[in-house]
Amino acid sequence: MKKTGSQILWECLVREGVTDVFGYPGGAILPAYDAMLDFPIRHILVRHEQGATHMADGYARASGRVGVAIATSGPGATNMVTGIATAMMDSSPIVCITGQVGSRLIGSDAFQETDITGITLPITKHNYLVTRAEDVARTVREAFAVATQGRPGPVLIDITKDAQQSSCEFDWERAAPNVRHVGVPRAAISDSDRRAALDLINSAKRPVILAGHGIILSGAMPFVRELAERAGIPVAMTLLGIGGFPASHPLNLGMMGMHGEAWVNTAIQEADLLIALGMRFDDRVTGNVRTYARGAKKIHIDVDAAEIGKIVAVDVGIVGDLCDALGALVPGVDPGQRQDWIERINALKGDSAVRDIQNLPDAGHLYAAHVMNDLWHATHGRAVVVTDVGQHQMWEAQYYHHDSPRSLITSGGLGTMGFALPAAIGAKVSRPDAEVWTIAGDGGFQMTMPELATIKQEGIDVKIAVINNGYLGMVRQWQEFFYERRYAATPLLSPDFAKVAEAYGLRAFTVKTRGEVVPAIEAARAHAGTVLIDFQVEQEDTVYPMVPAGADLHAMIRRPSAIAETAMEEA
Amino acid sequence: MTPTDPHVFVVEVEDEPGVLTRVSSLFRRRTFNIVSLTVGTTERPGISRMTIVVDAPDVAARRIEAHLWKLVNVVRVEDVTRAASVRRELVMVKVAADTEARTHVMKLAEVFRARVVDVAPESLILESTGTSDKIAGLLDVLRPFGLLEVARSGHVAMVRGTGTQGPHAADTESEIVHDSNVSYSV
Repeated sequence: MKKTGSQILWECLVREGVTDVFGYPGGAILPAYDAMLDFPIRHILVRHEQGATHMADGYARASGRVGVAIATSGPGATNMVTGIATAMMDSSPIVCITGQVGSRLIGSDAFQETDITGITLPITKHNYLVTRAEDVARTVREAFAVATQGRPGPVLIDITKDAQQSSCEFDWERAAPNVRHVGVPRAAISDSDRRAALDLINSAKRPVILAGHGIILSGAMPFVRELAERAGIPVAMTLLGIGGFPASHPLNLGMMGMHGEAWVNTAIQEADLLIALGMRFDDRVTGNVRTYARGAKKIHIDVDAAEIGKIVAVDVGIVGDLCDALGALVPGVDPGQRQDWIERINALKGDSAVRDIQNLPDAGHLYAAHVMNDLWHATHGRAVVVTDVGQHQMWEAQYYHHDSPRSLITSGGLGTMGFALPAAIGAKVSRPDAEVWTIAGDGGFQMTMPELATIKQEGIDVKIAVINNGYLGMVRQWQEFFYERRYAATPLLSPDFAKVAEAYGLRAFTVKTRGEVVPAIEAARAHAGTVLIDFQVEQEDTVYPMVPAGADLHAMIRRPSAIAETAMEEA
Repeated sequence: MTPTDPHVFVVEVEDEPGVLTRVSSLFRRRTFNIVSLTVGTTERPGISRMTIVVDAPDVAARRIEAHLWKLVNVVRVEDVTRAASVRRELVMVKVAADTEARTHVMKLAEVFRARVVDVAPESLILESTGTSDKIAGLLDVLRPFGLLEVARSGHVAMVRGTGTQGPHAADTESEIVHDSNVSYSV
């Protein structure tokens, strides 16, 4: 039966399991939008195409299903670039569909023409320009396969207007993806690698597992848990790995890297073996690579061969899915505990607990860390939290303790301000039963604030915590430490966020003292619908500890001791 | 051969618009320096063959190979740097040669098995095929006469013997990671 390219597009999306798309219509994608009305698809109208891509990304990260964003040609397409780059850096499977001018106009600088496949070439896993209706089905099917197989990532399909309008025979079966492009066989771990890895693990006295995003993407938490428990190996988390191993597990050390706790980084520096699982030795994780874990042998397991040896030379590199690789390794691991090593790490904790802001005497200040900690308690640690980028993001990672995969969604690799609100919308759409909290700073929140209208129009229920300190806080912190407190362009004027939310028809509270935090959170949870809480927190607060960029991982700027700080307050 | 010598990759790709951009963009994006890149059709319809010479140490070369495999349109990647292979480059040289110098230049050309493909009153065009060393030698001896123009094709390479060294062939595996203790299940 003949169908138009537009009909084939939706038919294929529906067959791929798509139920929701995030988008914004325009001239070159109009035929597709017209056809959409005849298919069982929920379309969420965004206020900016960047929002559509972050929503698709949040949708994918919260559920594991492919997120879909759709936009028109030219500016619609270029507005997607930041969201696509975000998804690329964090290995998030999204498919972006853009309209393109008619195939005969390509190259003529036609109205709203842009070379979006050229622009997105380095920030997509792959992209396609479709100029004929006949190619739509195969391309869509292949795009979904490419987005999800191996290391996931974004795929863009640019479809010319005439390809959407013209008709051809539609045959789903015959439009199977090119076998050369998809279905890369999962290679079994070789015997020599297996033996080499097991020798290192079984002989290690001070091993640490470095748990990355790959654990969540692969669904490998049970295997990691088995490995850690069987051999008594402590687990340090990357930012995106959080949730991949339960925070409440006694072997979980917490987050590593630039804002990791001192004992976590010190344990890594003192380790004799690092077992890196689905992580990529980002510079925020390693600090100075030359002095990074110099006494440690390294086993690196990742699905992406190009990550092995990229930053850190490794002793055993295994390319493969974590479930497969760990499934093959774990039975050979000698059962046992490493009590001396655990005790050493406990000793490293030293006075860290005393320095913890949660243990400071209440001096009437509202610290962001208080908000995170109270939110964790109030939501029983079971919310899906979507954070933006900056200080609040680090405080969330430190003080909200995630026990399950896909419960923290954050832009790690690209560090995209403005990510949180739209990504939270996507997360809520993919998991309507989850309690979804957005946490954003006053800076990042204003970058994508118009999506509040999307929330209202679509009746979406996400709770929003704006951590409002009147500064671009993380940049201000760097200026404080490294630029002699010369606060260039970091003091930030914001509107009254509660009034803004109310103007969009949403409920809102403003919180200025510690005592108001929990009641406001409880009130927000009790309300069926979106609530924004403007937490007006301490202005010049600092994320501790901090490893300055490029410094040795053990050279941390520590949190000032509670005693000293209290003395300062009293003076 | 030292670990920093140029690496030679044979890459088979689908003959589709934009594939050359995808490959070259990868090298640019990852800041690897291409020494030469040639593309042409192959014995198989729809498949083009690239020979890419890159200035990169062994560790980087392994990453390049891994990145190339990730490109959807790449069909086969082979690092032939240490394989027994035939490598050739074609050069055309326009040499300043008046009547007086012409005989001398032509004699030198004969030694290098270079062919004269064009003769003009004040210049000659020579064509030569060979390894980079041979071509460098030819250019060295011609330089005193005056090199008016040099055009080089870039390298093409082919593994000797029957069949190709497939990516999964046991002997290539050891070649690729020859000087590190790292083992890989690729």
